[in-house]
Order: sequence, then C-alpha cells, then structure tokens
Amino acid sequence: MSEKKYADSGYYTNRELSWLLFDKRILSEAEDGQNPLFERLKFLSITASNLDEFFMVRVASLKDMVNADYKKPDIAGMTPGEQLAAVNGATHELVAHQYETYRTLLPLLEQNGLRVIEKHEDLTEEEAAYVDKFYEENVYPVLTPMAVDSSRPFPLIRNKTLNIGALVRKKSDGKELEFATVQVPGVLPRIVQIPAGNNGQNTVILLEEVIERNIQKLFLNYDIVCSYPFRIMRNADFSLEEDEAEDLLKEIEKQLKRRQWGQAIRLEVEEGIDEGLLSIIKSELSTVDEDIYRIDGPLDLTFLMKMYGMAGFDHLKEKGYAEPQPVPEFPEDCDVFEQIRKGDILLHHPYETFTPVVDFIRQAARDKDVLAIKQTLYRVSGNSPIIAALAQAAENGKQVSVLVELKARFDEENNIVWAKMLEKAGCHVIYGLVGLKTHSKITLVVRREEDGIRRYVHLGTGNYNDATAKLYTDVGLFTCSPSIGEDATAVFNMLSGYSEPLGWNKLSLAPLWLKDRFLYLIDREKKNAMAGRKGHLIAKLNSLCDKEIIEALYEAAEQGVQIDLIVRGICCLKTGLPGIGDNITVRSVVGNFLEHCRIFYFENDGKPEYYCASADWMPRNLERRVEIMFPVEKPALREKLMHILSMQLKDTAKAHVLTPEGTYAKVECQDGESINAQQEFGKEAVRVSKVMGKAANHRIFIPEMHHE
Amino acid sequence: MAVKTFAAIDVGSYELSMKIFEVSHKKMKEIDHIRYEIDMGTESYTTGKLSYERVDELCRILCALADIMKSYQVSDYVAYGTSAVRETENTAILLNQIEVRTGIRIGILSNSEQRFLDYKSIAFQGEGFLKIIENGTAIVDIGGGSIQISLFDNDKLVSTQNMKLGVLRLQERMNHLDASLGQYDNLINELVDTQMAVYKKLYLKDREIKNIIVVDDYVSTMLYKRSNGQDMKGYAGRELFDSFEKAYHSQSIPELAKRLDMPAENMPMVHISVMMLKRIMETMGAELIWAPGVTLCDGIAYEYAEKNQIISASHDFEQDIIACAKNISKRYRGSRKRSETLEQIALTIFDSTSKIHGLGKRERLLLQISTILHDCGKYISMANLGDCSYSIIMATEIIGLSHREREIVANVVKYNHIEFAYYETIGRYSDLDRESYLIVAKLTAILRLANGLDRSHKQKFKNVKISLKEDELVIAVETNEDITLERGLFGARADFFREVYNVRPVIRQKRMTGGVKE
Repeated sequence: MSEKKYADSGYYTNRELSWLLFDKRILSEAEDGQNPLFERLKFLSITASNLDEFFMVRVASLKDMVNADYKKPDIAGMTPGEQLAAVNGATHELVAHQYETYRTLLPLLEQNGLRVIEKHEDLTEEEAAYVDKFYEENVYPVLTPMAVDSSRPFPLIRNKTLNIGALVRKKSDGKELEFATVQVPGVLPRIVQIPAGNNGQNTVILLEEVIERNIQKLFLNYDIVCSYPFRIMRNADFSLEEDEAEDLLKEIEKQLKRRQWGQAIRLEVEEGIDEGLLSIIKSELSTVDEDIYRIDGPLDLTFLMKMYGMAGFDHLKEKGYAEPQPVPEFPEDCDVFEQIRKGDILLHHPYETFTPVVDFIRQAARDKDVLAIKQTLYRVSGNSPIIAALAQAAENGKQVSVLVELKARFDEENNIVWAKMLEKAGCHVIYGLVGLKTHSKITLVVRREEDGIRRYVHLGTGNYNDATAKLYTDVGLFTCSPSIGEDATAVFNMLSGYSEPLGWNKLSLAPLWLKDRFLYLIDREKKNAMAGRKGHLIAKLNSLCDKEIIEALYEAAEQGVQIDLIVRGICCLKTGLPGIGDNITVRSVVGNFLEHCRIFYFENDGKPEYYCASADWMPRNLERRVEIMFPVEKPALREKLMHILSMQLKDTAKAHVLTPEGTYAKVECQDGESINAQQEFGKEAVRVSKVMGKAANHRIFIPEMHHE
Repeated sequence: MAVKTFAAIDVGSYELSMKIFEVSHKKMKEIDHIRYEIDMGTESYTTGKLSYERVDELCRILCALADIMKSYQVSDYVAYGTSAVRETENTAILLNQIEVRTGIRIGILSNSEQRFLDYKSIAFQGEGFLKIIENGTAIVDIGGGSIQISLFDNDKLVSTQNMKLGVLRLQERMNHLDASLGQYDNLINELVDTQMAVYKKLYLKDREIKNIIVVDDYVSTMLYKRSNGQDMKGYAGRELFDSFEKAYHSQSIPELAKRLDMPAENMPMVHISVMMLKRIMETMGAELIWAPGVTLCDGIAYEYAEKNQIISASHDFEQDIIACAKNISKRYRGSRKRSETLEQIALTIFDSTSKIHGLGKRERLLLQISTILHDCGKYISMANLGDCSYSIIMATEIIGLSHREREIVANVVKYNHIEFAYYETIGRYSDLDRESYLIVAKLTAILRLANGLDRSHKQKFKNVKISLKEDELVIAVETNEDITLERGLFGARADFFREVYNVRPVIRQKRMTGGVKE
C-alpha cells in the first residue's frame, strides 16, 4: 500500500483555531443588526462563557503540554507551543472584537430605554445616593477586603471570580504603596438596577462600579491610590478531562507532579489599569504578558445573559421562533406505549416537544406491566422530571438501572447529587465506566405484555434534559422494533460489565465498532463513485476533527463522491483542495437554537441509509466514549430527516460557508426570500400541531433556562 | 398471563452466562443473553479448588444475575456447573456456599449430560440439523476442560468420546511448558494428533464423516461473525482454517482481533480451537463445518421445555441412547440376538408389572440399555462377567445418560450376574442414593427374571405373554421346545423377583398343538 495521500498536516486545520472561528460566528450573530437587540446581548454573552470554558479546558491543556515540554504536533502539524501562540493571537483579536460589539450595543440599548452607566463617576447625584445606600445595605456586609503586607500574604484569587485590586497607602506613615483586593461577591446580582427617574428610563450599573465607588469605606486606615477590576482564569484541575490529550495529560501530570496546579492562565484587566498595580498582580500570579487581556469595557460579559432576562424588554427579543409544539403521534394523555406500537416515531426538538420523552419514563414508572427501565444520563436539568420518574419507578418496584456519567464536563457535582438520590430510591446506579465517558443517549423500557416481553427503546442525539431540549436541536427515535430492543438490552448488559453480544442487529457502538462503521460507510460511497455510480453523503454534526474520517472523506471526494457537511463547531477539514474542489462543502448553522443533532445520510447506490448518533466525528467520541449510532428505516421518518438536512443546506439566514481560505462567510441570499431553517422547522411544527386542533388551549410553562 | 420467563445459567470454565427465555405455548424465545468472563477453569484444573477471591467474584455476579432474573420476573430457572465446578475437590462445600450467598442452586452436570444438552440444543435447530446428519456427521464439542466427539451414522448418534483437550486446559499446558510461539503450533498438533490417532483406530475406523458440527465459544463466534448478514449462518469449509492460520501468523493480535471483531485476549483460544478443529477435520476427512451457535444455556432451556411439554423435538433422543448402547455392545462382541430376546422379555415384564414397580418411561429405557449391555463384560472375563460389565459400563460414556443413570445400568447388569448386595450392606457405599438403589433392585429383579427365561440362550421364550394375577406373575410361553433348563434355573431368579415385588412368577407352557402343561 502506498503512503496515504492525505496524511500531510497541511490538509488540516488546527482544532483550537477552528473553535475560535466558531465563537466568532456566534459573535457575528451578536453583530447582526437583523437580530433583535436583546438576542444580540445573549449571543455576546454566549461568546464570553464559551471562551471561558475554552480557556479552562483547551488552553489549560495546551499550557500543560508546553510546561511539560511536550512537542508532538497536532493534526495540523503545530506543536503545543505553536498552537498556544496562535490561539493567543486569535483570542486577543476575538476579545477585541467582542468589546467592539459591546460598544456598538450600548447606544442602541440607551435608545431603547436601557441606560448602562459605565463609570460610577457618571451617576447623577440622585442615582449616586441610591447606589451608596444599596452598597451600605446589601454589598458591604458580604465583602471581604484583603490587604497584603509583610504579615499577610497574597490571598488566593479564585478562578473566574471578578475582583477589584487597589493600591493603597497607610494614612499614618504614608510612604509604602500596598496592594489590597476585594472580591466582587458572586452571591449578588452583577447588574444593579437604579430606580427609574422621572423619564421612566431603566438605568443599571454594574456591581463592581458600585464597589469601586465605595472602596474607600473598606480600607478606612488607608488612602486609595487607584483601583481596577481584574479577573483570572485558572488551569482548573481537570485530571479526568478526557479530551484529545487524555492519556497524555496523565503522563504530563506525572511530570508536573501537580507543581503548577491552579496556574493562572489568563488575566483580564481593565484597559488603562495602573501599571504598578498590574505588575504586582502579574508577578504574584506569575502571568506572562501574552496572557494578559486589557479590556475596554466591563470584564466578564456573561452578565449580559442576566441583562437578557431583565423584565420589560420582551419586544426586543426573538419572537420568530415557535415554542415546542405537541405532535400528532403523541396526542395529549395518550398511552405512550400504544403509540409506539403503532410504528416508530421520530421527534425533532426543540420544534417538537420533548414532553413525550419525559412521559415515556413517567408512564413506564407507573405502568404495572413494566418490568425494567434502563437509561443513560449524561447531563440532566435541575429538578429533572426524568430523575424523579426514575426514582418513582424504583419505588414502585421496577428494576431501574441508570448509568450516570460522573465525568460529564462541568456537571460532575450535579451528577453525583442525582446519582446518590437515585441510589437511595432503590435504582441500580452505575457511575460511568473506567476510562470511558458514556455519552450515548438511550432508554430501554422492558414491558411484559399479553404476547410476551416487549422492549421499548428511545434513542437520541441529545441529553435527557428537558431544559436544554428547548434550546438545542436534537432528534430522538421511539421504537419497539425487536431487533433494536435486543441491541438495547445488549448495550445495557455491556454497560453493566458483561461481555459484548455475539453480534449487533442495528446499532453501532463506540468505542468498539462505530468508527469502523463510519469508515466503511464512507468507503462504500467511494467504491460506488469509482465504479461510476453516484456517490453522495450528507453529515450533520457538531465537530469534525477525526483524522481518519477526514482522510476517508478526502479520498471519497477525490473519487467524485459529493460530500455535504453541516458542521456547527470545530472543523479540521479544509475545503477547495486541489483534486477535490467543490466535491466537499462545509457549512455551519449558528442560530437561535444550538444545532446539536447528528444526522448521516449515505446514498449507497440508490438504496439510501439514514443514521442518527450521539457522536461527532471526533477522536474523543469515536475512541474514548460510549456512543450509539442508530439507523432510521421507516420511509416517512427518513423523509423527515432528509427534510432537516436539505433545509439546513438551503439555509441562507444563519448558515456560514467554509471557504478555501479557511474562513467562514455568511451565505449570500441570492434571488428570492432568505431561508431560516430553524424558523421554518418551528413554523412547520406549529402547522402540524394546529391540524391536531389542540394547540389552541395548550398551556406552556416556561422554565428557568439552563446552559451547557 | 400465558407468557412465562425462564432462566438458564451456565457456570462454565471461563464464562458465566445466563439466557432468559420467554416461554409461551409451544415456543421458547431468547430475550436476553448475559455473559461474564470469569476464569475458574485454570484454578480448578490446577489446584482442585477455587480461590476465595474467585468465589467472591462468582457470587457477586450470580447475585447480579439473580437481580436480572427478578427483573424479568423469572418463574423458573436451572443453573448448571460444568467441568470447572465438577473438578473442584470441595464441590459440595462450594455449591452450598454459593446457594447460601446467592440463593441460586447450582446442579452439576456430568460430562455426558452436559454434552447431551449441547447436542439436544443442536438437534432443536430442526431442519439444518436433520439435513446435515443425513450424511456422516461428527459433533465436536469443545469446552474449556475437554472436547467431546460424537459420531452420527444414519441419523443416529452412535458413539461419543471425551478427550481432555479443552482449550483452557491446552493453553494452561502450553503456559506450563513455557512454549515459544514457534513450538506452540507443533506442540498442539502433537497433542491432538496422538489422541486423534487412537480415536481413529478405535472408534472412527472407516466411517465416512463429511460434516462437522462444532459447539464452542470461539470458532462459533468467529464463524457467526463472518457469516453475519448471510443466509447460511455459521457454515464454512476447511479453507477457513487455512485463511485463519495465514492471518494469525502475518498479523498482530490486535489487528487480527479487529478483523475478527473479537476481543484480543480471546485470540490464543481462537487459535487453539482452530488448530484443533483443523486436525480433527483432517483426520476425519470432513469438508463442511457448521456452527449452529448454540450454548449450554440453550440446551438447558430445551431440556426444560421438553420436560414441561412446551416443545417436542423432531429427533428421537432415546433412539440415540439406544443406538449408542448397541454400539458399545457390538464393540465388546455382545450377542445381538440374545440381547434382543432379553430386551423383549424384560420389557414385556416391565410393561405388564407397572402396577407393582411404579417406575416410568425413563427407567424402562434404563432397563432396555441394561439388556443391551447385559453381557459386555464377557469380552474381558467370562467368569467375572458381572464385575467386568460393571467396570466397562462405568468407564464408557453413554451420551444422554446422567452419571446416576449410568451407575444404575451398571449395577443392574452386575447384579444380573452376581448376588445382589443390599443397600444396607455394601450398597450405601456406592454413589447412589437409597432411592436410586431401589430402582437398581427393581430393574435387577426384572432382568434376572428375563435372563432366567432365556437361560439356554435359544430364545425359546421369545413369544411370551405375561400377566399379573393377584400374587402371581403368570408367564405364559408358547413353545414346543423343552424348557426344563429354564424351569430348573427359574427358581432362584424368581425368588429375587418375589423378594422385591412380593409376587411369585410362574411359568405356564402352552404347546403349539394345544394343551397346557405345568
């Protein structure tokens, strides 16, 4: 065999840089004047929280590699050092861009009746009086000022917290400048609303400004020379972080022996900070210049999500997207099992309601014929009705087995709580698998019916989380097909530590089989194309960074397979390569809902195959996670999937196309109306549910939102 | 509700497995198959005991299986241990401990019972099985401790032999010898060849074996996966082995494992199984191999279903047992003619005395086999016919008979020739319980009586009519021959019958010309 043609790193994009481009696409939604003003705030906030996570996980891991002198290049041929440098540059640019956007939004907010007082110096007398009173009553009691001198060491500055640093001078002797700091308390809302004056305008000021204004009151024996907010991001101890560098992280950890634990990897300071103050913070936290972000505006823009939630601005929020709709397949108060027996049902969330999924478990918990309920849980909502139903089922004497993935990033604590609660209720709880994250989303209900044991299965692309199911686009399949039921039983047997089954009927599982299955399916298209038949595949996913898969895609495209990729986030594949040209297209849809479903279409020489999966084309999904891919075989459901894919491919409102230059360009809306796929899906769901005639008096509660 | 669930548990040498079946009217449907890898064989074969840790692990998994049974609301289960449990020295303690800790009662299968269950599950495959045994066929049942080769002739099972060539045992031996990879193949071939040479000479002779049915965990899995999606599942020709061997020697274990889609740690076992099967096929000249993919759990389930009249097989297993017995008799030059007479008389007595012996169909079969094997010991010694017959029967596997049943047969044959030893004297030192021993007595009484009626070995009593009249068993024989010898020797034999049943057998001769002479 000859050397693989596409082995060269030049054919690939670095995943961190690609991720930054994704955050940039979200930022472009914040910039987009077509979007309602408050939605733009939300998008901007999302870019900020995304970036925080990116630092804690990805940048931290790169830092570790650099510190350990690890030099192995990535898929794009960049060493960790090179990646870090490139990421730094790109991040600085992105942050500058964020605040430019913020600046353009401020006057618009004011025009719309929301005045954001940027500097406490700008307060009117009346406002200042209110703010000071607010400070005395609410803020002062929870502040813990800390000064640093020879007897008091530099305090621990907590990860992600906002702090105000100050240079102070003792009133008595008044020579030495000392450092003092106070944390902006997280228990108080960041946005302080100032009662409306005569003009009825809403006025707000940020908490740190209120504190800064009153900082003198904290250090009565000192003169305040200057004070500025600062914020640090630490390399949080994610020893279980199972990303690209998992094995290697363990290796690195050994080398580091935790010496650098909690190292500050990013320092955000206000632009114009006193250099003396900065140099103290910098040296105490041992940060280097590249990691310092001088911010022209308030630090930590995630407060914008709270601003989005402020009352009285509904007219500035998105109205074009319908609420989740009931579906005719599951009429109100129906017997879920009976409906599933009529035939497979595929739901498209959030356009179609997630309630049937909750009902599925709720009814199973109460149903006298149900013997067992088995489910994998990755992320659940706060106060999850699913957890409650599972606990109830166990109390009702059903055998309930739940695999709770403790390693779900940032949900570890949350999940431990649920897991314990389920255990108490009598569920059999499996706390994940050694070395693997269980990312698959599968539920099995075993029911004893007149004619024997029947298994009902729900397979999904998204988490069993009723809150995010309103924000993320996902698909889920309900079926009682015996062959899938058999496979589902085998999945849970494997998850319980028993041997693999002799064979699978329909499902493909990672980490053992899924990748090979994908490679086979791609290769089959290639062979068809080589034989002069039509080769075509469409894949919709969140991230694409698995080298073997990309190689296979390149090779297939080179032989003439048309490959249409809808990749929301990271994409290490390049377009417009010589010999491939337009055979591969990549587009990313970043819209009101977070695109999350993974759908795969393979032409298969006129006998098309459709699959949905919990996995992306990432090494971590395919090699270090338990994932499930399931086929969708009923013609009507296939049509539904094809409709989802083709609408996304036609989207002109929220789609960005990956150019050969490696940038993303918004799709030009040529003739006719612009198509917003997410909006269309919503409208269609409404139309369908209207036909049911029940939508009219449907009451919908709006729960608290929860973000990944 | 019409549907019930049944669980079959197999505590094997290297795997604990359970199958859950849905049992409905005339149907058994597998709904779950749980397997857990646990190597008990290595410990059991080498030390004769299971380590404490192993027992803990076993109990932990059995408890988990019990939970699963509960979740399916299993109404009935059967759990069997095979060679790894059987070969422990402290079996009774072990089984009791397991039962106390897990609530699961594990029975022990003798080798022949185990193989018979495997065989039954194959036979229940129906069409495929009936078709394949039209030609000379051998079932090669590869276990962890030993392998079993059973031969079919004219769609009947005729012989079965056990050889201590189980995969786990072979691997253990290889490890013990510290064989290098190069020697490995040769050593295994040698081990297999020596045994197969003997086998061929003694049992195979010039039988033509075209097909091999393989029952095991490794080759079957490989075949099954290979033919996934095809119509003819689990079939292959001999070339399979050549391609495997080529791959085995040119690819790394992980590569091979990936290709076969099996765990890498199973590869050595796959390798041993393949080599062994290849040698066996070559020795027999077989061409086709079929892996029906059945496991002992299937056999357990079918046995259960059969017992509970849920299903009935298209194949008559009793005929297999009888054919086997006849084959053994033939090997030891037993007189077929005499056996037939004896069989006829004995069964006639049995059938007409059911009121007093209260025995069932199974015991009738044991009696029948006793008649077939009644004289096998004379091959060794005409004087010590009883003891020799006993030894031969005890040392010969009769597929389908449990160890207990075999011992009953051996005893019946023995006491046909020598004085009966009562349970209260020597009998209790045998492996049989009191109840089984009683069966021995009852069957012995019948066999002795039948034997007495054919003392001259001239089949004078071939057409005998037997009827039970109050305290007499009237044996009416229609013959013109002189039956003085029979009458003369009848007394002693009749006494034992009378002792056992309290019924006195009497002979009434009816001359063909008419008239009754007492």
